Order: sequence, then C-alpha cells, then structure tokens
Amino acid sequence: MQNTMQDNRERNPAIRARGLSKIYREGATELRALSDVSLNIHPGQLTLLMGPSGSGKTTLLSILGCILRATEGRLELLGEEVTALPERELPRVRREAIGFVFQGFNLFPALTAAENVALALDVRGVRGEPARKRAEELLLEVGLGERMHAFPADLSGGQKQRVAIARALASNPPILLADEPTAALDSTSGRTVIELLQRLAHQHGRAVVMVTHDPRVLSYGDRILHLEDGRLSREESGRPVNANLPAVLSAAATLQFSENNSAEF
Amino acid sequence: MALLARRNLFHDRIRFAVTLTGIVFALVLIIVQFGLFLGFTTTTSNNVDHSKADLWVVFHGVGYFDTGRMFSERKYYEVLATPGVQQAEKYIQNFAYWKKPDGGVENVQVIGFHAGSGLGEPWNIAQGSVYDVKQEDGVIVDELYREKLGVSKIGDHVEIGDHRARVVGFTHGIRSFTTSPFVYTSFKNALNYTRPEAKQDQLTYILIKVSPGFTPAQVQRNLQERVTDVEVYTRDEFSQRTRFYWMFTTGAGLAVLTAALMGLVVGIAVVAQTIYAATMDHIREYGTLKAMGATNRYLYRVLIEQAVWSAALGYGLALVIAHFIVQSSEKGGALILMPLSMKIGMLFLSVLMCIAAAMVSINKVTKLDPAMVFKG
Repeated sequence: MQNTMQDNRERNPAIRARGLSKIYREGATELRALSDVSLNIHPGQLTLLMGPSGSGKTTLLSILGCILRATEGRLELLGEEVTALPERELPRVRREAIGFVFQGFNLFPALTAAENVALALDVRGVRGEPARKRAEELLLEVGLGERMHAFPADLSGGQKQRVAIARALASNPPILLADEPTAALDSTSGRTVIELLQRLAHQHGRAVVMVTHDPRVLSYGDRILHLEDGRLSREESGRPVNANLPAVLSAAATLQFSENNSAEF
Repeated sequence: MALLARRNLFHDRIRFAVTLTGIVFALVLIIVQFGLFLGFTTTTSNNVDHSKADLWVVFHGVGYFDTGRMFSERKYYEVLATPGVQQAEKYIQNFAYWKKPDGGVENVQVIGFHAGSGLGEPWNIAQGSVYDVKQEDGVIVDELYREKLGVSKIGDHVEIGDHRARVVGFTHGIRSFTTSPFVYTSFKNALNYTRPEAKQDQLTYILIKVSPGFTPAQVQRNLQERVTDVEVYTRDEFSQRTRFYWMFTTGAGLAVLTAALMGLVVGIAVVAQTIYAATMDHIREYGTLKAMGATNRYLYRVLIEQAVWSAALGYGLALVIAHFIVQSSEKGGALILMPLSMKIGMLFLSVLMCIAAAMVSINKVTKLDPAMVFKG
C-alpha cells in the first residue's frame, strides 16, 4: 500500500521543476538568485523549504507560483508545462491551480473575514450567494465561524493567517504555497496554522510548499528541502507521512482538478 | 470588485477625506479660474451680445467695441436706404469724466442709445425704466458701481463732462471689465456729454435689424457694397472680435487666460497626485490580488470604479463650493461664470483626470514585484 502510494506520487507530482535558474540583471550587474534547481512536489505532502536569508527561497516560491519567470529551466504544474505559456495565461494558472499564504497575511483591511475569502472567489467569477456560502464554509473549516464578520484589525495574528488560508483555499487549489506563514505568530497560533496546513496536505491531498525559518515547524514537514546560495543543497525526510493517509484521496484530488481544467491545461 | 472599490475608498475615512479634499480643491481651482476667464470674455462683449442688433456698422478700421470712432450721420441715412434694413439706430460709445457729488472724479463709458428702439438698450433694469433716459440728463448706471460713482439712489445728481446728469435708474450685473463703468443714456444726452460741440461725426455705431426675408449675411453684403468707409459685422462677429482683442492682444486678457491654463495644469497635477497616492496606499493589496490570479482587467475595473467614485463625490462637493463662490462674485468686481456647459465639461474632466491618474499608478501593480507580496 505504502509503495503504491509512493509510486503514484512519483509518477504524478503536482510540481515538477527541472534546472530552474533565475538571474536578476540591473545594468551590467547580474545576480544569480537560483541555480539549476530541480525538484518534485507531491500531492498529500507538506514540503518545507528552508535556507538562510538570500538563499533564494522566495524567488523559488515565486517561480513555482507563476508570479516570476525562471531565466532557465522547465516547470510543470499538474503535468502541464507552464514555462512556455504566454504572460497573459499565468493569472489563469494561478487562479485555478494555486493558493497563496503570505507571511504578512495580506488581507484587505476594508473587508471582513468573510468578504476577504469571497473576494478570492470574485476574482474567479464566483459572486453573490454561492460566494458567500463558500466563504462561510471555509471559515468554519479553519475554525473561524464566530469571526466571519470581523475586520482584520479586530483579529489576532493567528486568526488573520487562518483567514488567509481560507482565502487561499477558496477555489480548492491542488497546490498551496505558503511563505513563512508562522513567522509572525506566537507558538500557539503558529502551531494551529502549521497543523492546519498539514491537515490540508494529508487529509485533502494538496501539495503544500512552505518556506520557513521556524524550527518549531520542522517536525510537521514530510520533506525538508534546504536551499543555499540558490542551489538545493540537501533533502531530508520529515516525520513519516501519516500511514492512514488514503492514497486514493490524493490521487482523486489531482485527477478531479485535471478533469475540471483539461481545457486550460 | 464593486465592494472592494467602495470599501477601499470609504474604510479609512481620514484618508478618504484627504483624497476628497485634494480633488475638491483642484476642481474648485479649475472652475474658478475658467469661470473668471469666461466672466472676463463675456464682460468684454456684453453690450454687443445684448444689443439685439443683427448687424453692427462701424467706422472703417474699428475692430472692437470699446474704441469706437465717431463718423458722419450721413452714413446712417445711407444705411437706412439699403435693401434689407428694417431698422437702424444710432449708437454712441465714448469715454467721459464723471464728477461725483462729493467732488471726486471717475472715468466712465457713456453709452447713448435710442430708448424704446429695442436695439442697444441696457438690460437687467433693477430700478427705473429704460424710457427714463429720455428725460433731460437722465442716466442709468449699475448697482455694482453705486459707491464708485458716489450715487446711492434715483434722483442723485452728478456731472458728466461738465454737464448735469441725474440718476434715473439702476441696472443689475452689467459690469465693465475696464475701470470705467458704463453709463446708459439717450443718444442726445450722450452726444452732449461726450461731443457737445460736434457738428459732424456724431455717432459711433449704427445698429441694424434686418427685414423679414433677409438674412444678416445678405444685408451685410448689401451694406458693404453701398456704404463706403465703414465695416459691417454680424453681432457674433463683432462680439468675437471684441473678445479676441481683449483676450489676446492685451496684458489683462493674457493674464486671465494664463491663470486659467495654470489653474487647469495645477488642478490636474493635484488630482493626479491625490489619486496616485490613494492608489499607492493600497498597492500591496493590488499585488495580492494579482498573485491570487486577478487579471489586469479586473484590477483596472477596481481602480476605475474607485476613480469614478472619487471623481463623482469630489465633483459634487466642488460644485457646491463653486456655486457659493460664483454667487458671491456677483456682488464683486470680477465676474465668475459657471454655465451648464462648464458644469458638464467639468464632470467629464473630473472623471477623466481621476481615471487617468489611477491608470498611471496601476503600472506599478501590473509590473508586479513578487517580493512585495511575499515579504511581511
């Protein structure tokens, strides 16, 4: 069973990157932020991306999230190569495949928690009652049923990050990219958030990538990728993937997305 | 997106008040400067515009109203005999000294017309009647100049060009853009005040009403062919020539025009800066939207909706403030006009300025820097 699940993941990674490099140019000056990074990110796993400041973590996350283009290399999301897609196609890829969670939450201060989540659906063309219901469901799922109508200014850091996660899940994306989501949180809130991210990977079959410096979260990662000077220096296995994880769920989530988006990808 | 646009504007009320203040200031500035410009141009030609004459006959070489040159009365009869002329009236415009009851002296522009003719008469009569100028030495002046001319009521006596004059009426809102107020009186009185010894060259203009079945252009041609040493202009032509002269060949006109253009430039700059700052305050949020997969079109629509809201509210407030300024200007020396066409034009300008300013700032969002959204 375990071997079958492993094989399935290896065959169908949510993200497949080969030889990614990123060079920033300013005048005659060149800064190589990433060098020849190759990796697979699998559904149902929480992958931690670690490294010192300036090692290229955020650049890599930006490239994986189709916000930034690699200078060289090839990137596939859910089996579709996105490297060659024209610029105008990338917002659609982000809308349909990826959810983002930011260190600074990036919530809209003028909108309530529910409206923040609904906004992510509005961007995807879902409005009115369906958007409101879906936003409420997601906030209930992240344990914020009581704070739906609170503005971000009235929420704690942990609550804000849970709203941000609910927002990232609005379109049910198979891939979740999180940039130091626990960095600004106390230990209790940080634990709540990392457990939530882990649950989203293990129980919902999402491929979750989390950039972190936070040693408190190491034990939650299924894989830990270390980045140094723009290169992947080593990979560690985190704690074993929950043996009860139904491989079918993981595969089904990927399959469902692929079917829904077959026209676009 | 409509919700986001409105909430972004109204959520932080202090910031919104600052934004609105900038827009209102800019719009009021533009309205007042252009209102002054319009007031100035309108004032320069107001006697021509209100003359009800189809045609103006002027001495050869006279290009604008205020410096009319006297010419022979014979021309008047030649004009009367021209086909298509239904009515012709003699008209005088000349400068004279006005001696106030307290002894002070002012320069005035005396306008002599034929009371009851319907041509070249003063308008907006507030007190008295236009026929009262038929009384010997009867004159009508504007209420605005009571203090300047040292008169306060009907019956006050003054001297014009060493001849006795008596105030028989007041008009309302007839300004002179020069320092010399208009004094309306009968043609005969005007001749006494300005050229008492003249035996020839007794009129400055001939005002014409054309006969039914003739167009002003036809009669204009007839007059040009039959009457020598004069120019014939339609009312609009003479009005435009007068406005053009004062606007573009004098320092006063250029100063008003420059001020209006500067008001427009400064106004646009203030609106651009205000909207740009308001957009940049939310730049991180727009970056987040972009990261979430919002298209540029989606962002444009949010920004345009915000800009339209800002423009509409700023315009409404600016209009109210400008209305009070325009009202108060009616009692002052400088006329500020705000016609309907200007109000409509300002509405479009407001929306256009706000949208354009928002579009400039959106470039920052469309060229998204990922570090901006990923860093706390």
